[in-house]
Amino acid sequence: MFIPACSGYESTWRFFTEEEAKTVIAFTEQIIPADHDPGATDANVINYIDKQLVSYYTRFQDRYKKGIPAINKSSQRILRKNFYELVWDEQTHFMEQMEAGDLPEEYWKETDQQSFFRMLLDHSMQGFYGSPRHGGNKDYISYKMMKIDYPHVIGQNRYDKLRTKTHVS
Amino acid sequence: MSNKHVNAVVVGAGAGGGIVAKELAVAGLSTVLFERGDWVTYDDHDDDELISQRTHPLKNAFGPDDERHRRVRVNADGSTSIVLPSEGGYNNNAACVGSGTVSYGAMAWRFMEKDFKMKSTYGHVEGSTLEDWPIDYFDLEPCYEKAEWEIGVAGDHNANPFMAPRKKPYPMPAFSYNREGKMLYDTAKRLGLHPFSIPMLRNSVPYGGRPACYRMRSCVGFACPVNAKCGTHNTVIPTALKSGNCELRTNCQVAEIMLNENGRARGVKYYDENDNGQIQTADIVVIAAAAVETARLLLNSRNKLFPNGAGNNNDWVGRNLQGHAYTGASGLFKDEIYDDVGPGACWAISDYNHDNDGIIGGGALCNSFVVMPYLFTRTRPPGAKRWGIEHKEFQRSKFKRIAHVRGPFQEIPNFEARVSIDPVVKDHWGIPTVRLSGSRHSYDPIGCQFMSDRAEEILKEAGAYFSWQGVGGRGLSGGQHQSGTARMGNYPQTSVTNKFGQVHDIDNLFIADGSLAVTNGGFNPALTIMALGYYVGDYIVKNWNGSKFK
Repeated sequence: MFIPACSGYESTWRFFTEEEAKTVIAFTEQIIPADHDPGATDANVINYIDKQLVSYYTRFQDRYKKGIPAINKSSQRILRKNFYELVWDEQTHFMEQMEAGDLPEEYWKETDQQSFFRMLLDHSMQGFYGSPRHGGNKDYISYKMMKIDYPHVIGQNRYDKLRTKTHVS
Repeated sequence: MSNKHVNAVVVGAGAGGGIVAKELAVAGLSTVLFERGDWVTYDDHDDDELISQRTHPLKNAFGPDDERHRRVRVNADGSTSIVLPSEGGYNNNAACVGSGTVSYGAMAWRFMEKDFKMKSTYGHVEGSTLEDWPIDYFDLEPCYEKAEWEIGVAGDHNANPFMAPRKKPYPMPAFSYNREGKMLYDTAKRLGLHPFSIPMLRNSVPYGGRPACYRMRSCVGFACPVNAKCGTHNTVIPTALKSGNCELRTNCQVAEIMLNENGRARGVKYYDENDNGQIQTADIVVIAAAAVETARLLLNSRNKLFPNGAGNNNDWVGRNLQGHAYTGASGLFKDEIYDDVGPGACWAISDYNHDNDGIIGGGALCNSFVVMPYLFTRTRPPGAKRWGIEHKEFQRSKFKRIAHVRGPFQEIPNFEARVSIDPVVKDHWGIPTVRLSGSRHSYDPIGCQFMSDRAEEILKEAGAYFSWQGVGGRGLSGGQHQSGTARMGNYPQTSVTNKFGQVHDIDNLFIADGSLAVTNGGFNPALTIMALGYYVGDYIVKNWNGSKFK
């Protein structure tokens, strides 16, 4: 039997609201954009961050709850849109301002924009390059991008040559 | 239920404590070895970079945990912050059976003769507590040898012309170079330097009943999946347990050394794995909890005779905290120089450890352990963009085309770099926590600049088309190389223990870890800590009369 979705609004995330998730997805995709190799969204970096915020990173919950609205308020003020609604180059420029601490200060009284930027940067890198067991780096796609063998079988990348020469049995 | 009285308690099952426990147990002393952590194996972390010893944003697989442990850090502006073990400012080492020797890079350096005579070699340095050790290299030489043979070291004893005199070769042959190491070897030869394969506490051939290394990339920061890395957890501690005289108590947090009215140690108070307060009395107490926690334990152990902590009537406990500033340079190459042969570090020179024109001390220079993908995101030339396509392009095109040459610059100790007890903050058990304050001596950046210049010369000669320096700064260094907080010396006014690691005024209380080090050499200190373990253990055994100490 088909059960319709709950009538009330409910997020599909553990920690984020849908709006927050959209913001963080757009942000992390700027940190590690897709090109001919996958980017943060493909690697499920948002899932990594969402998962950590209800486990190891509960101490950062407050900064996310304050920082994400501050991003969108700043963006509304400058460009009259939420951050995740901006076009790519606008987002890039916005983040460069945030990294430099140049966003309107009135929205960043409770949490510092540069340190929040650095935290998002660091958490994105963890989600993209860390072990998939924490929810990101889906199928080790960052390892594939860097051409690092995984699973790590010692001698693997020399095995084929070896086999053609000396393999018996 | 009270614990049965024993001959000796050893606190800390790391490089020093594991060895002392084994020396005492094999000599027939009933011994309890305390460890606040547990056994850790490769299966506990796999090759998960986010919980490794080198980068542990989520937790450190080798302990301690964030839930029960914390420290207070005094910032440069005088403000304080609480830091957790997974955060950099904590200055973590490890908390598990074997401690740092489970996850270390396992370089097996002997200090040089001059490392024990820094003051007589270089004179007084303004604002420092630079001093000679009360023992010299030749006092420790037999202990270095014992560590090399009992724990296991692979190396070529003829390859480094600057190495201090030694009696025996290493028990295992040296490791071969990886591609990057071979390139740097040829380069150093062209420059007239003296490169060699780094001596390693790691099996190059089967040894000690354990197999040979198979060259994992994820080695430093991880336990070895095949047990080829040699630490106290897979050598001396099992020997101690097999003797029948040693009991290892894991997950036990020692809170205090009990002192009596005659100025002797009676044993320790500790919390067991169920957080129950317990007492273990002993004839001898040996502290080997590493420089930060050893100092904390002494400072937290007070009575009428020692109102400021055990052995601290002259205010030297916790002082002179040292580690190492890592300094060097990185270079980019057109061709791939990475061949995935771990652990990465294999090449070193010792040409710049001493006798540098106008420089106090110096250090070894080595190529780097493999920088794993997450850590590699922080490896960038100054000013490079840290995100976007530039970030990604650097990750995928430079990972196999980069070499790092760097090393530990011998720190000039100073009195204000210190461990004290925070007046307010307590840990899970209510034990007052460590407060870390001070910074490295102002000379450090000068020496680091000299070393980084040398490192960059080598990379340029090797053919790097672009290179940059990472120069060590003045941040307090108490991490894995922590030392100096219970310095040995001939005078109680200016040291904590005598030259045998025996605390002044408390003749049955010993220190047996890096805390004893007066200076920390220009090398990774693990083998020296092990040698000190043998040295102190030997003294205790020789002065034990079968039922009493002295």
